[in-house]
Parts: sequence; C-alpha cells; structure tokens
Amino acid sequence: MSRENGSSRNDGGRFDRLPATADERVVEGRATRREVVTWWVERFGLEPAAFDGHTFWEKGAGKVWAFAADVDSPAEIEALGMTFLRTRQEHWKPTTDAVQRFGRAATRNVVVLDDADARAFLRGETTDPDWDGDWGYLAVAHEIADDVEPIGVGLYLHGELRSQVPKGRRRQL
Amino acid sequence: MDPLARYDPIVADPEAFRAACERPLPSVVRVNGIKATPDRVARAFEAAGVGFEPVGWHDGLFRLADDVSPGNTWPFVHGWVYGQEEVSALPARVLDPDPGERVLDPCAAPGSKTTQLAALMDDEGLLVANDSNLGRLSALRANAERCGVTSVAVTNADARHLSLKSFGGSERRSEARRTTSDGVEPFDRALVDVPCSCEGTVRKNPDVLEEWSPSHVEGIAGVQRDILGRAVEVTRPGGTVVYSTCTFAPEENEAVLDDVIADHDCQLVEFDLDVEHVAGVAEWDGDRYDPSVRRAKRVYPHHNDTGGFFCAKLEVAA
Repeated sequence: MSRENGSSRNDGGRFDRLPATADERVVEGRATRREVVTWWVERFGLEPAAFDGHTFWEKGAGKVWAFAADVDSPAEIEALGMTFLRTRQEHWKPTTDAVQRFGRAATRNVVVLDDADARAFLRGETTDPDWDGDWGYLAVAHEIADDVEPIGVGLYLHGELRSQVPKGRRRQL
Repeated sequence: MDPLARYDPIVADPEAFRAACERPLPSVVRVNGIKATPDRVARAFEAAGVGFEPVGWHDGLFRLADDVSPGNTWPFVHGWVYGQEEVSALPARVLDPDPGERVLDPCAAPGSKTTQLAALMDDEGLLVANDSNLGRLSALRANAERCGVTSVAVTNADARHLSLKSFGGSERRSEARRTTSDGVEPFDRALVDVPCSCEGTVRKNPDVLEEWSPSHVEGIAGVQRDILGRAVEVTRPGGTVVYSTCTFAPEENEAVLDDVIADHDCQLVEFDLDVEHVAGVAEWDGDRYDPSVRRAKRVYPHHNDTGGFFCAKLEVAA
C-alpha cells in the first residue's frame, strides 16, 4: 500500500484510498485500513481474510467504501464499490449494504428476529427482541429458506432494537 | 406509419411477429449469484406462496405469476433477485467475463446487465460502469449496492468520448500491459448495450412505437457507432466486445456493425445463443452490408415469447 498523497485535509468530493496503518496516515481523522478491518473482525467475528480482496476508500466526511479492485488514488468518479462503514464519529456504523453483503459470515452481534419482528424491522419500526449481548450496532437477520440471512443494521439501546433501514429500503411485506 | 410493418420482408412469419408484439410480457427475475442460488430463491418463493416457473433455457431466470410484485418480496429485499426481461439477460452471457478481468459497461444504467456481469465475475476484478445520465446513475448505484456488488467503479461521462484516466493501472498489476492511445490499460471485455429506439420493448411499453421516427433512428445510429467505436479502442488486442440493442431496426444494428468493422481493427465472430433466433441481415432498404454481419443474432418476440433483441460479438484484432 502506498502512502496517501495530496493535502492533509479530507476532500469530500473525491475518493482517497485509506492509509494501511496509522504510521502512513496523512489526512487528519481518516480511518486506516487496519482499523476498518479490525472493527469488522471484532464486532462481527469475521475472519480478517474476508477483506483481503478489497481496498478501502473515503469519500465524504467519514464515509468508507469497499472496492474489489484498485485504481489510482485519488479518484474523482461517482462510486467505487459499495458504502461500507461510517467513521469520524464516536460509534462507527456499518451500512445496510455491507451487512447484507458481508454479514452472512458474522458469528457475533447478530440478532435473529422472528417473522413478525423481521417485517416490523423492515418497515423501520423499533422492536423488542430477546437479546442479552452487546448494545450498539447489530446485524439484524431472520431465517429464510433454511438459513439465517442478514437484513440490515439495528441499534440496540435500552432494551430495544431501533431499525436503521434507510427510508428508501423500507418495505411493507 | 406502423414501424413494425417495415420488418415484414425480413421476418419469416410476420403474423406471428405482430401478434407476439401485442401480447404483454410476463414479469421475470434473475437470480443474483453474488448473494443467492436459484435453489434458495426457489425455496424462499415457495415458502412465501409466490408463483413462479423457470424459463427453461437458464436456471437463474424465473417467470413470476401475474399477481406478483417482485419488489415486495424478501428475495428482492435481500438482493437475491433483480427484475430483468429474459432477453436482456443474453448479452452478458455472450460476453462471458471471468473473475479478475477488467470489464467496461459504457451504457450501464439502470444496471440489470452491470449487476449480471459482476455476478459472472464473482464480484472480483474491475467493472467500470458508465452512464451519461446522472439521474439514471443513482438507480444504477442503488441496484448495484442492493445486489452486493463491490467490483464496480461508476463514472458519469458521454460514452462516445470516455476518458478512462482514473483507471490507469493499479499497483497490484506491476507487469506492463499494452496501453491504449491515451495511456490507459485496456479492458479485457466490453458490453456495449447502447441506447436505441427500443422497438423490442413494445410488449412492455407500447408507447415506444408512438415515439418512433426515421430521423430518430438515423440520429441514434450515429451515437451508437461512436460508442461502439470507442469501446473497441479501449479494449485490448484479442479482447471481446459485445454489441446489443433492443430494437429490430437494421440501421441501429447491422449498419452500425458494418461501419465499425470498416473503421476499426476488429471483426465479428460466431457465438452460441441459448434461445431461438435468426442470423443478422446483410441487406436492408437497398443497402448491402459486410456479409459477416450475418454472424450477429436477432431474437424476435414470437421466437421465445420474449421481448425483441439484437446481439453481436466482436473480437479486437491481436
């Protein structure tokens, strides 16, 4: 991985590859590749190798994207792979798309809802599932076609699960 | 005038052709291999009481019952399926990209073929998806993300003059590869699914015939020639370019191919298609084209009870 190039301030209008580690960080406050991978590994119990094929990029303030290839940094284009993780805030937050794409391999912080709660969660509603694990952002899943499938992200606080499904993705099934 | 009447001389069975064009099309979904298998989607549909049947020629395409709205099913929410007309699933299979390749999709929005290409590549490699229309690009991005695609780089440019300087070559590929005239590492494959007069979608959208005019066909054919020519220029020697439209008009199909193979170092090659079809036409409206345009394939609505389609495979000279 190369050092970041350019200015020491984040330019929200373009994609910059994340520095590999803090030693290579130039842009203030930018997450590193190691931090991003570690967050997913610690939060959801994924294998670190799950992300070997991906590069990570920041565009906008703290929005990290996962991309299956590599291009020159910075890149001034519309999108690189998918939005993956919201950083530059106290509690990092995974995206719905990332939890759907990578969350199937998660071994912890996955709450599996029954059918009625899964539908309510998809409508954007707060539910009250049995959960005695961590608080914070969880992968929310349900059983479908004989296996567990992640639906999106929930924020578990004060004994309730708040749906983080974006408005445009909510459905009344 | 009735634009479809123009094709009586080249359609073997004009009555069957016209009758098929007047029937509505069933709703079809393609299974997204990045997130699901046909078997799992089938079990989820069965459990939810969603009526469906496989199309026969492709185990990842399901025709849905008339009362089903695919957007309101769990498989759609999970990004397991994508609503895509049957014939629209053909060109990506003809291009047949491999994981790890560099692939260009210059007219990508709203993304049915882009997401299909990404799945064929196992979401590994570089898939550059471009569209000139920013509004349609947001649909492309939403569709790609729902399908779990991470290999796509989205650009917003005129496909006739694509600048690919963002894709100069990654640090992972240290070996020098031949570059295009503007110093860009070329693509292994390109899927050129151009904007067209869309006559082949008449079963879905009868209005296309109201908007049809000879001058529109002529104008758009010029754009199609330039887009295909540019894709050939940025594809490596020996690489593959697939050209497709959803129109029957030879002006937008064989005539475009005839011009591009004359002006660029590439040729039309033979390929197989899983559905009933006929060869391209080498003569139309007093014009004669290079005989190799017969290697292109025409799918009429009455052949397989689908929309209409045109597809050609080109190889860039080594």
